[in-house]
Amino acid sequence: MKALRAQVRDALRPGLRGSAFEGAGARYSWAFLDESAKREIRRRMLKAIAIPGCQVPFGSREMPIARGWGTGGLQLTLALIGPGDVLKVIDQGSDDSVNAVNIKKFVQRVTGVAVTTDTRRATLIQTRHRIPEERLDSGQVLIFQVPIPEPLRLVEPSERETRRMHAEADYSRMWLYLYEDIVRYGEITVGARYPVMVNGRYLMDPSPIPRWDLPRLDRAENLFLFCAGREKRIYAVPPHTAVEPLSFEDFAFRVEDFAGRRCRRCGSSASYLDEVLDDATGGRSWVCSDTSFCEKRRRGAGPAEGERPGGAA
Amino acid sequence: MTPLLSVRGLTQRYGTGCSACLELTGSRRETNRCPRCGAIVACRQVSFDLFPGEVLGIVGESGSGKSTVVRLLHFDEEPWAGEYRLAAASAADAGGGNLFALSPFARRRIRNEHMGIVYQHPRLGLRMKVSAGGNIAERLLMAGWRHVGRIRERASALLQQTEVPLSRMDEPPRNFSGGMQQRVQIAKALSTRPAVLLLDEVTTGLDVSVQAKVLDLIRSLQRELGIAMLVVSHDLGVIRLLTTRTIVMRYGEIIEEGLSDQILEDPQQPYTQLLVNSVL
Repeated sequence: MKALRAQVRDALRPGLRGSAFEGAGARYSWAFLDESAKREIRRRMLKAIAIPGCQVPFGSREMPIARGWGTGGLQLTLALIGPGDVLKVIDQGSDDSVNAVNIKKFVQRVTGVAVTTDTRRATLIQTRHRIPEERLDSGQVLIFQVPIPEPLRLVEPSERETRRMHAEADYSRMWLYLYEDIVRYGEITVGARYPVMVNGRYLMDPSPIPRWDLPRLDRAENLFLFCAGREKRIYAVPPHTAVEPLSFEDFAFRVEDFAGRRCRRCGSSASYLDEVLDDATGGRSWVCSDTSFCEKRRRGAGPAEGERPGGAA
Repeated sequence: MTPLLSVRGLTQRYGTGCSACLELTGSRRETNRCPRCGAIVACRQVSFDLFPGEVLGIVGESGSGKSTVVRLLHFDEEPWAGEYRLAAASAADAGGGNLFALSPFARRRIRNEHMGIVYQHPRLGLRMKVSAGGNIAERLLMAGWRHVGRIRERASALLQQTEVPLSRMDEPPRNFSGGMQQRVQIAKALSTRPAVLLLDEVTTGLDVSVQAKVLDLIRSLQRELGIAMLVVSHDLGVIRLLTTRTIVMRYGEIIEEGLSDQILEDPQQPYTQLLVNSVL
């Protein structure tokens, strides 16, 4: 009798069959979130896509990981994912970091979808602080985990005031911050989290991706979704939307400079590189931040050279 | 001659208010606090015109509503009733209608393009932690300037004009003396070449020799640029020195208006006579 009931239950939830989540599965919906939660998050996503760059509040749910560890991205992933999806999760370009692996395992457990490390194969990519080196196409969705969704938080602590500033497109304070930076240091010192203007209207925090990745947001083929679980905000950059980093006519926006440096493993000179220190010898070397891209190149299966974003450095 | 700025029936009330507020307050009743509901009628039915190149004074004792008028004209708060037209702004906006009816977004643009303000306290008009040059740059950035070199050129020209030493351009105004802060504020107000400059008690709180310098600067800028000004002060000396026409306010109401000389030499209203005679 018990076995029969389990059979019926599994027939009703095809995604759970065969997954490690099978036993506990009865207590949760498919993809963990209950259907009303998914519906709400999807509605909020649609609104965010309709107003590119605008932060849309949503009811962030409690997740089995702590706030600040990717709960925002995870909720979007779970609300979007379907049985046919192929999931990739990266953490600062790496497929193998503990957080990425744990999130991937969790999603697989509650949905049973296929996972991959191959950027080209994935339909859904959840990321923390990087955009993959390989170009994404229109069938793929990139989901960012966002720590601080408000780009104006740097210059204005009050939420009420920043909302007014967004409503009136009053971004002079942010510009003033960049101007003062130039006056003081001779250049704009913002590294990651570089503020961008979306569709000529909303100032947006691209999450702490390096400046290297910003040109990839501009008029892309794919959809970018951003979600901050702790701050309870969703925003989006739809395909083919203009995304411009703030810059002055005489102080142009620049990406990180890796001139003369190559990846130690794959030899790439046109990808975002991480500096690695050797504790024993004190020497320093450089490796690709995007591990799947690097791996592919070493196998000889990947692109000959990465696509350098934005052309010139 | 068409007025540059015209205000009709400007009224501001603070508090819940009742239907009898306007009837029970004003200079005839000698109060601006409604005895029935306790609301404050800060200004009532204020109407006046400002013509191109003119300097208009508003004088009155503390609480007469003169600063409220300036705050309303600068869109710092929402009026209870009234109409506000600006000749320079009407061309760009459909109908040339009431500026108070516009969206906050449109009002901000008009304020930034056509108005400058100098507050009594520099802390209200300046960001104390941002460099003096940055303070001027803020208005230029708001107006869409995106070239650091040109912004700095304009800022240094303005600071030179207002006699702030250029060597201190990249210092924050909190390091400056009161008179110098006031001069930076004036430079900031003039940065986008506004059509109207609002001066709210600019010399109050400065010592007498600095007051004279600041007034001198304002007068020479007015002569050079031919900019229209609205000067609010309780100091009749400032009014005499700067303005050509004056409005006297009391309990939120205009009780007398005319040429400044006329008002100061031959005041008609008993209150104005008292004001003129009580100068130390």
